[in-house]
Amino acid sequence: MPQWDLANSDVILVMGSNMAENHPIAFRFVMQAKERGATVIHADPRFTRTSALCDIYAPVRAGSDIAFLGGIIRYILEKDLWFKEYALHYTNIATIIDERYQGPDELDGLFSGWDEEGKRYTYESWQYEGMTVPSSLAEHYIDTTESFNDETKRLSEGPPPQDMTLQHPNCVYQIMRRHYAGYTPEMVEKVTGCPAETFLKICEALTKNSGPDRTGAICYAVGWTHHSTGVQMIRAAAIIQALLGNVGRPGGGILALRGHTSIQGSTDIPTLYDMLPGYLPQPHAFKPHETFKDFLEMEQTPTGWWANFPKYAVSLLRAWYGDAATPENDWGFDWLPKIIGDHSQLPMTVAMRDGVIRGLFLMGQNPVVGSSNSHMVQRGLANLEWLVVRDFAETESATFWYQGHQVRNGEVRPEDIKTEVFLMPASLAGEKAGTFTNTHRLIQWHDRVVDGPGDSRSELWFVHHLAKRLKALYAESDRPQDEPLKNLTWDYSEDDVMGEPSADDVLKEINGYTWPERKQVGDYQDLKDDGSTACGCWIYSGVYPAEAHNQSRSRCPDGPDGPGTHLGWAFAWPSNRRTLVNRASADPDGKPWSERKKLMWWNAEKGHWDGHDKPDFPRTKSPDFKPDWDSQPQGMDAIGGADPYIMIADGKASLFVPSGLKDGPLPTHYEPVEAPIRNPMYKVQGNPTAKRWEHWDNPLHDPGSPDYPYALTTYRLTEHHSGGTPTRSVPTTAELQPEGFAEISYELAEELGIKNLDWVVLTTARGEIETRALLTHRLRPFHYDGRIIHQIGLPWHFGWKGYATGDIANVLTALIGDPNTSMHENKALTCNLRRGRLGKGH
Amino acid sequence: MRKPTRRRSLLDRIKSFGKEWSLPRQLQGQSHVDKAAESSMSRSLRPRLEEADSVGTSICPYCAVGCSQLVYAKDGKVIHVEGDPRSPINQGTLCPKGAATFGLLTSPRRIDKVLYRRPGGTEWEVKPLDWAMDRIAFLTKRTRDESFVRRLPDGTLVNHTLALASLGGATLDNEENYAIKKLFSGGLGMVWIENQARV
Ligand code: SF4
Repeated sequence: MPQWDLANSDVILVMGSNMAENHPIAFRFVMQAKERGATVIHADPRFTRTSALCDIYAPVRAGSDIAFLGGIIRYILEKDLWFKEYALHYTNIATIIDERYQGPDELDGLFSGWDEEGKRYTYESWQYEGMTVPSSLAEHYIDTTESFNDETKRLSEGPPPQDMTLQHPNCVYQIMRRHYAGYTPEMVEKVTGCPAETFLKICEALTKNSGPDRTGAICYAVGWTHHSTGVQMIRAAAIIQALLGNVGRPGGGILALRGHTSIQGSTDIPTLYDMLPGYLPQPHAFKPHETFKDFLEMEQTPTGWWANFPKYAVSLLRAWYGDAATPENDWGFDWLPKIIGDHSQLPMTVAMRDGVIRGLFLMGQNPVVGSSNSHMVQRGLANLEWLVVRDFAETESATFWYQGHQVRNGEVRPEDIKTEVFLMPASLAGEKAGTFTNTHRLIQWHDRVVDGPGDSRSELWFVHHLAKRLKALYAESDRPQDEPLKNLTWDYSEDDVMGEPSADDVLKEINGYTWPERKQVGDYQDLKDDGSTACGCWIYSGVYPAEAHNQSRSRCPDGPDGPGTHLGWAFAWPSNRRTLVNRASADPDGKPWSERKKLMWWNAEKGHWDGHDKPDFPRTKSPDFKPDWDSQPQGMDAIGGADPYIMIADGKASLFVPSGLKDGPLPTHYEPVEAPIRNPMYKVQGNPTAKRWEHWDNPLHDPGSPDYPYALTTYRLTEHHSGGTPTRSVPTTAELQPEGFAEISYELAEELGIKNLDWVVLTTARGEIETRALLTHRLRPFHYDGRIIHQIGLPWHFGWKGYATGDIANVLTALIGDPNTSMHENKALTCNLRRGRLGKGH
Repeated sequence: MRKPTRRRSLLDRIKSFGKEWSLPRQLQGQSHVDKAAESSMSRSLRPRLEEADSVGTSICPYCAVGCSQLVYAKDGKVIHVEGDPRSPINQGTLCPKGAATFGLLTSPRRIDKVLYRRPGGTEWEVKPLDWAMDRIAFLTKRTRDESFVRRLPDGTLVNHTLALASLGGATLDNEENYAIKKLFSGGLGMVWIENQARV
């Protein structure tokens, strides 16, 4: 949902986020909603400025979020407060699941299909009865190797089996009721520490403010993603919103508050290992991706929007390899490198550490501060042959060889570190032109106003000139392995004497054009699978729809009396739609659910969808359209006129997810991998599929370990940004927040004899840091089973460079990952604490 | 250009204070938000922006809220950054980080030359940009050529190298991410390509 749409919400739950401090400008819209009478709720381990501005604050123990959210789901189902008309038609609540399915309520924490040896699930028993459903997002099933292909074809044979009376014991509704039966308010209180009374107040506020006439929003940030169960926390929120009818409607939705300025853009056009631009999967050596035909067969879903997959894949290959891509050579598909496993950031640390990676480019990222297990990262950097750091100032990652921990503590001398290091000055926004994509998919252009100092250059300049040099170096090669580089299209014009490549040219290629005429395509619907179009990222099509029309530069907001969707302000992918799934803002017949929550509606006279936004639905598909199952419909022909979730193979929101998740079809409470207590809900302690990297450099704590008795959670500050370089280098922000600290409750401080501003040492099996104690009532201990569990909060921006310094929080953290995303678990660890300082040489 | 203000004697100051003290004027009904707050001193001040010879639209380089900014420059140097009042996201406002953008662009900690540390070196050396680019291209090719795998032992075609890696992208432009992915993955066959999305 667009951030400004929060102002239209009647209830807002902020959880896994300290929005007031970390996304302050977006929080304005929460305050606007509050002024209009909305109830604002904050659930968090720390009482922050967000809590202070809310109507209800719920303290929750770090890592217990699914118990809390599962409790809300139970409340909605048991009290029968879900939005029936919406959920019955727009979600898979009535769909019948395979009879072999069993849930954690029956198997004490596991789902059916568990393979103890492989520590993974097989997914057959999670499928719809009689048919196999493919995942809707490449990102989530890259490591699953089974082919769904032949079985998924049955999706074209008829609608998924449903029982609209919800009586069938294996329909999703009944399964969910059984699954969440144990998540009672008393259990929520026991597991999360949130008083049952507060919890119930929240349930009431959420359900009271959802329905035809009212909508609610949920905002989250890395407080949810940084867990070994992070994906399932967000899933739990999605279930709540789908049950309450809060998706695709004004003031309804889930807003992911992302961190970096273009973190959304760098996910859409991924500098990520597992995806190609536009959420196409990177070919995988251990999946049936042998030939392009196999790849398409495997990845194209028979029904729903992803049936268009071949058009986007061929157009991408045409954009990359130009005329060298032909039908005969599978459009150059073989030239794409295949991945062989998890190549994400955590295993990258291990691969550096173990000498697999020999050369590394760091482009505006500072892993010595920002990556888990900083000591291991520093040892990894010291093990490289060469390192290129592109940044605007010296970073910790560029200076590990003379100021790093291992140098300071005498483990290694600079003379013995063989890494060849280049630190290259980088230009910043304002000194280069291009686009950022913000957290609600808005692609906004920024101008080049001045040049960066001295030899500062953009990353575009760097990659462009590296490409030109490499092409020259490989020009004479006739080895097949060098063909992809030689054939790579690279003809961007250069704008000035410095040879700055034209960002316009690149954005035009991303948008797509006809081949070989290079006439801009207006929209992704114009893309073809016959090689007649080239497109760098299909979902961005429309951002540069004509030669002289860069929509990301458009700056025409709505006036005060306008609809408030601001369609003239920049470009939101896809097709400038501001609210995804906005077909759901109308009832199955195409009428708005209420006048107050009107967004899109079916105009029967004209035979198309109308409204304040661009429809996220085929414009002329009537609400009463029914697939003609006798003809075995493909693609969108298999999606009915009242099925708004067009990216999902059956057009319905997946309350229950048959494919695509490695840790189960329904969110389940597991304790963090490093937890201060045993799992109160199941025999299974932690997420059984969580990723662990066994390495002597990455030891983990046993649950409930007496050596590491305290819960540790990391967080961010308003005045600093992530790895810290862009704020610790600025005098004003450094002055506002000048050094590192740890937040410690008065109760714990008294136990350990710590006074405010004392030096303290925090310890984990990965390392030790020293910092100042900040005693506070904002973090309170939890009581569990007659025990007190203390929590410690630690901001993680600090390092040894810049005007504001402090020890590196990530020295304490570990490589532990969510099974679906490989996201680390830094929001819930355990540690020890003592008063004092580290010895000299630290 | 800003007019130089005349140095005033103490007596002058006292006199003008008596004349210009805002309180009596407010008591007489002048608005405290504009007129009454004026003085001959404030009247002689000019906004810094008037000196700008160029202005461009920018986007805050910090978080993903995506606040719009106006960047003002004079003689090729940034002189001011402020929130763009037209933006439906920030309507002219900026948070403490966004408001620090001018300080970021003009930070004394910025480097303007390539710094190079040779293997085993104990100090940075300043190097020409061209030299560094040539050297990096050479190292990239050497590492790639020494590590490239066309087929796995079982014959599966993989066309990749595991010895080169790239980290970063979330602070960069879409065009830059596109170029990185295109060259590194589509051209060089790198698979270790990651950014802050998992941080
Ligand atoms: S001004 Fe603040 S809230 Fe806005 S984009 Fe920048 S950092 Fe984010």
